[in-house]
Amino acid sequence: MKLIDLFRKKGSSEVAKDRLKFILVSDRSNCSPEMMEMIKNDIIEVISKYMDIDPQGLDIQITETESEGGNGTVPALFANIPIKDLKHRPSR
Amino acid sequence: MSEVIVITSGKGGVGKTTTTANVGTGLAMLGKKVVMIDTDIGLRNLDVVLGLENRIVYNLVDVIEGKCRLKQALIKHKKFPDLCLLPSAQTRDKDAVSPEQMVELVNELREEFDYILLDCPAGIEQGFKNAIAGADRALVVTNPEVSAIRDADRIVGLLEAGELRKIDLVINRIRMDMVKRGDMLKVDDVCDILSINLIGVVPDDEQIVVSTNNGEPLVGNGSMAGEAYLNICKRILGEDVPFMDLDAKKGLFAKIADFFKNK
Repeated sequence: MKLIDLFRKKGSSEVAKDRLKFILVSDRSNCSPEMMEMIKNDIIEVISKYMDIDPQGLDIQITETESEGGNGTVPALFANIPIKDLKHRPSR
Repeated sequence: MSEVIVITSGKGGVGKTTTTANVGTGLAMLGKKVVMIDTDIGLRNLDVVLGLENRIVYNLVDVIEGKCRLKQALIKHKKFPDLCLLPSAQTRDKDAVSPEQMVELVNELREEFDYILLDCPAGIEQGFKNAIAGADRALVVTNPEVSAIRDADRIVGLLEAGELRKIDLVINRIRMDMVKRGDMLKVDDVCDILSINLIGVVPDDEQIVVSTNNGEPLVGNGSMAGEAYLNICKRILGEDVPFMDLDAKKGLFAKIADFFKNK
């Protein structure tokens, strides 16, 4: 192992592994893109009641996460919701 | 008790036919009566890999349609009399056969043979459904790359949905030099991702091309890939064979280089 290797970005096999984990979880979940779109729109609607978010930047995925019991992984819905203004409270 | 094994992968070009030819030949070498069926109707290949292309008279579709008796269509291998091939039809398509007819055919072959290997076409359509219909177990062949693994996972899902429970994984064409560099998925990674039982790891080997050129399977010829295939055969028979160290055998130049490096 050369010193320079320590500074190198991770090998392409690591990238492949990470990508595959994502791909397979969503493949296995049998979640159609239409359904994902519907979930996304509903999330936008709900969150928008309480804060100002960026609907274009919103990204949801079905992925895996460590289970709380620490015994392996469980499927999880991951949502990345960029908030534009936390203080903004739309009038109800 | 005979066993029907389907060799499948989803993606094309990962080595289904090569695996079928080598596992079939290997099992015959180990003293079993084996028949290989090429179920890829329209894209016949197993016959050339085995070097039996000149002996074909009747094919799978002829048998199904009753144009000949099953025995007439079976081609005996030149070297192994207990190894037979039922070739596919080249000028028909997948709809010429139904899953029910395949089950019937396979059951007839069970009386005569210990192992019936079904070389499955790529894809998940009719040809795949025909091939898995009569199978007891499956070998899923994949390569350590994203697209092949994704397809393998899909295939595993479909096999499980088809009530096929005995599913083993063959990782084909692994290159240890690339794995070491961190540019190819490790065996452990692939197993981790697919979470099915591993039955064999076959290194990428130039000898595969040479043996296919010659129409002779390379199982047991002393090459690394040949060794790996023989190990798969033994594991199919229930033997507990340790996985070989794919890094151990090196070429002469690598050995000389290592010698000087260690000085």
